[in-house]
Amino acid sequence: MATHSNNQYYVPHGSIYPAVIAAGLLSLASGFIFSVATDKSKDLAYLQAPGKWMMILGAILILSMVFKWMGAVITESVTGQFKGWEDKSFRIGMIVFICSEVAFFAAFFGALFYMRVLSVPELGGYDLDITPYKDFLGTWPSTGPGGMTVSGEFKPGTLHPMAAWGLPAINTALLLSSGATITWAHWGLIKNNRKQLIIGMALTVALGIAFLVCQATEYHEAYTEMGLTLRSGAYGASFFMLTGFHGFHVMLGTIMLIVILLRCMKGHFTPEHHFGFEGVAWYWHFVDVVWLGLFVFVYWL
Amino acid sequence: MSTTTVAHHEEHAEHPTGIMRWLTTTNHKDIGTMYLTFALIMFFVGGAMILGIRAELFKPGLQLMNPEFFNQLIGVHALIMIFAALMPAATGFANWMIPLQIGAPDMALPRLNNWGFWLLPPSAILLTLPFTLALFGIGDGALATGWTFYPPLSIQGGIGVDFAIFAVHLLGISSVLGSINIIVTVFNMRAPGMTLMKMPMFVWGWLITAFLLIATIPVLAGAVTMLLTDRHFGTHFFDAAGGGDPIMFQHLFWFFGHPEVYILLLPVWGFIPQILETFSRKPMYGYKAQVYSFWGVGVLSVVVWAHHFFTSGMPVPALLYFMYSTMAISLPLAVMFFCWIKTMWKGSMSFETPMLFTVGWIILFGIGGLTGLVLADVAADAQYHNSYFIVAHFHYTLFAGGIMGIMAGTYYWLPKMTGHMYNEKLGKLHFWLTAISFNLTFIPQFFLGLAGMPRRIPDYALQFAEFNMISTIAAFTLGLSQLLFVYNIVTCARGGKKATAQVWEGAQGLEWTLPSPPPYHSFTEQPTVK
Repeated sequence: MATHSNNQYYVPHGSIYPAVIAAGLLSLASGFIFSVATDKSKDLAYLQAPGKWMMILGAILILSMVFKWMGAVITESVTGQFKGWEDKSFRIGMIVFICSEVAFFAAFFGALFYMRVLSVPELGGYDLDITPYKDFLGTWPSTGPGGMTVSGEFKPGTLHPMAAWGLPAINTALLLSSGATITWAHWGLIKNNRKQLIIGMALTVALGIAFLVCQATEYHEAYTEMGLTLRSGAYGASFFMLTGFHGFHVMLGTIMLIVILLRCMKGHFTPEHHFGFEGVAWYWHFVDVVWLGLFVFVYWL
Repeated sequence: MSTTTVAHHEEHAEHPTGIMRWLTTTNHKDIGTMYLTFALIMFFVGGAMILGIRAELFKPGLQLMNPEFFNQLIGVHALIMIFAALMPAATGFANWMIPLQIGAPDMALPRLNNWGFWLLPPSAILLTLPFTLALFGIGDGALATGWTFYPPLSIQGGIGVDFAIFAVHLLGISSVLGSINIIVTVFNMRAPGMTLMKMPMFVWGWLITAFLLIATIPVLAGAVTMLLTDRHFGTHFFDAAGGGDPIMFQHLFWFFGHPEVYILLLPVWGFIPQILETFSRKPMYGYKAQVYSFWGVGVLSVVVWAHHFFTSGMPVPALLYFMYSTMAISLPLAVMFFCWIKTMWKGSMSFETPMLFTVGWIILFGIGGLTGLVLADVAADAQYHNSYFIVAHFHYTLFAGGIMGIMAGTYYWLPKMTGHMYNEKLGKLHFWLTAISFNLTFIPQFFLGLAGMPRRIPDYALQFAEFNMISTIAAFTLGLSQLLFVYNIVTCARGGKKATAQVWEGAQGLEWTLPSPPPYHSFTEQPTVK
């Protein structure tokens, strides 16, 4: 407010990237709709192929524009356009963005708690004279009274949940230590110890990739050996949607970490001026905290 | 400290012209103008849809359309009016006025701002494309579930539901970006001396709106994502066979949906005291009380959602909790109404168009609020639920309380934006036509609802015929009188009597210190507020 360290606010040139990204999103969304339209109406099967192409076109537009947009921001950053005032805007903006991400995950955690605490026990608690689900106990983990899906068919059966103290525990250790290594890298940056910075960042990226590999292995096991799929009722849906969206965020975070690592290796960032680094670090810690929630409520309890 | 200037990377001479100016702009006024224009266009698109509905309801029996198409019009009308008319209009004013009111050079994140706007046209295309596709034999039209997407109907529906889901996703991204920008601008771009408790009420209204959007829009995004996976990838979030529950969707949806009401209204509540103090020529009464009431409403709005589905089945303690917490919202609102009336008290009032709309707004929104109190009563709600009573109620809050407020703001700031005075006589005519035809449209609907006419049904029993006829005639009058609004705006933008910097004799605040229209970069030198 009253004490800006500089007295000029940087208002960037006009930019075409946002409008093209919006067009790309339109193409991606309508392409997706066309490619799955046959699920609800068999007559629409002919839309599948054009839908796929629209998705590819949309993805190309979005990715190339994001690449150019971020490139423009990095150029502005290294040419010294952003000073204290702009830096503060980015900081507040990133905090608010992370809050909105928290709200997004809250919806899925909310769905998990609702099904686990309310709807599954209720379905198991009806009077035996009137319920169609006489053998259903309503305990968690549950595939619901309808049973579980084996090779696409919904069949009654028992569910083996994903055990917490195997791969998930290793993943917890990986992510927690990546939080430590990125902080260590940050210390290196503040002390202007570039070697510590780069080693720390490289370790963080490696831990992120290791997490993703473990997660992929776990999904593979779930689908091929355990018969646990997205179709496995309340447990399968909440398990895969929560861990899936988290994994997607880890993937985005890892890509951002790689970009930051490359920028560190090019000599970007100074001990005083490194919002790009910090923003990604905050995001990474957020992803880390979500994982702790997942580990406790999805895997462990 | 009043030496702040914009870094001139965007000189006048460098502007692209024509379509490229609008596609690429990072200027808050350009973006605000695009938001407002988009909102006005979509207001007519959504309005045309509902006139189709009212025409069908002119007399009993099926005349013009089949029930499926009727349902589609209803759902898309609501989505367009809420997400593509009212919200963009409020965001347009935020873009135009927040930097002017807090003495900022521009919005804090200009490129993000541009993206926020350009997500809207694709969303509008996604909402309306299914109608066009159906004409070519692709799919069966838009979503026919009403705007609330309740499963299991929305899980069984055709591609219209998918289009609406993705439209909501894009609109949600747009809202979150806009909110991030507004929060950052308010916290980081205020002029020296402009403390939080000196901010104009409109800025306060939008700040709390932005917090509500950040907290609730992602939950809606999550809910419709679950709907999408239930539709296409075999999850069972809303299917009891898999342990899910269709009512869970109602909880998730209304956790967003109720705050959404205040997201639509809080910016307008910010207009009201500013217009009142201008045309009463005295400072507003109870500034602090109004700010705290805004906070009170904002906080309460996220803990009352289940009053939208009292009849869906809930334990009695939950019903009681949601009833009392809903009624509690009337307390901060009563404080605001008191402050607004007290602001006018003993003022030297004059009734230019913005003031007419504001005074009309206070009365009509008051009716909307009081009928809401009636609906909050669990026992009485069983009769009102899903009837035309609720339709009339939320049009009193969202048309009178939302759109008429936006119109008040439009007339209030139009001379500032365009540099010309609008036609006062036409403005007053527009107000009277709007206010009278609005009441004639919706008062009959209160009685229809009390008598048991259900909403979202294309046909009705004979005893409802007269009131529906009145409602339809009034609705067409209401729709046509909005053409006056457009005419007035367009002629005002093109020319007319020059507006002074202050425009209104009693106008207070930083936006009135700049010339009308303001220069391309609002405050190249940040003013100091004492």
